Amino acid sequence: MELIINGTPRDIPEDRKTVGSLVEHLQLGGKKAVVERNGTIIKKEKHDEEPVQDGDTFEIVHFVGGG
Amino acid sequence: MLKIGGYTFASRLFLGTGKYADARTQKEAVQASGTEVLTFAVRRMNLFDESQPDPFESMDLSGFRLLPNTAGAKTAEEAVRIAHIAAAADMCDMIKVEVIGCDKTLLPDPVETIKASETLLGEGYTVLAYTSDDVVLARRLQDLGVHAVMPGAAPIGTGLGIINPYNLSHIVEQADVPVIVDAGIGSPKDAAQAMELGADGILLNTAVSGAGNPVKMAEAMNYALEAGKLGYEAGRIEKKYYAQASSPTEGLSRL
Repeated sequence: MELIINGTPRDIPEDRKTVGSLVEHLQLGGKKAVVERNGTIIKKEKHDEEPVQDGDTFEIVHFVGGG
Repeated sequence: MLKIGGYTFASRLFLGTGKYADARTQKEAVQASGTEVLTFAVRRMNLFDESQPDPFESMDLSGFRLLPNTAGAKTAEEAVRIAHIAAAADMCDMIKVEVIGCDKTLLPDPVETIKASETLLGEGYTVLAYTSDDVVLARRLQDLGVHAVMPGAAPIGTGLGIINPYNLSHIVEQADVPVIVDAGIGSPKDAAQAMELGADGILLNTAVSGAGNPVKMAEAMNYALEAGKLGYEAGRIEKKYYAQASSPTEGLSRL
């Protein structure tokens, strides 16, 4: 399936059916990342129940140096 | 002690974490500064680019209060979204509201800053509002209920120091919440001046990260804040137009 991740279309394996499994696929485990799906923040504790569907738009953000 | 909302800090220096040459310098500078508060920005992750490591991987952040900013926001809506993201990462409920209204000067948009602050206060955040050195705007923000006002000394990253000490001293005089001078600080002299004018704290970044020796500069800033604060509490002398001898003018021995 195709997802828009951080503004770029990406081909993601069909078996990544939940936000949790997508996060795992992107190797974000342990990082302080925050996931937005179609403009809505998906809290970490909900990652394993929230679905991923073809065409979804994801923003995956984290904290960087800044003043 | 500096008290902002429900938080108390012994150090009055807030340190930004941007633009350090390397992680080790940053870590040592943070230690030398004595700061308890580190600021961060929220950005997209470089998911598919291994060459961009997490800048905080090597730092133990457990001893610090992490203050996310809304830098990058140009509207109240964008600032609120960034605050929500920061909250979802379980940082803390403090947020530095920064809504830029001019690309050239990076000066804040007053209308959007007010709107974003109002929304986030309503949602229970501890709001630190980055503002220009406008006296009336600072009062409007504190009337709104922000927990600290953060007037800029000068535009972000310029290092020009306090370009309007008159405005800043009026902001301090009328303030019933802490005043944290944010942005534009260039040297320890500027930091000391802000504290002598009665500021409660200072947030700076480039003045340290861009210094020839960031670790030494971080230490110097720590001293400068202390010196300025003590000087403010002590009360400086009046400025006089004519000289007044410090040594006795009577009993001079003639040759």
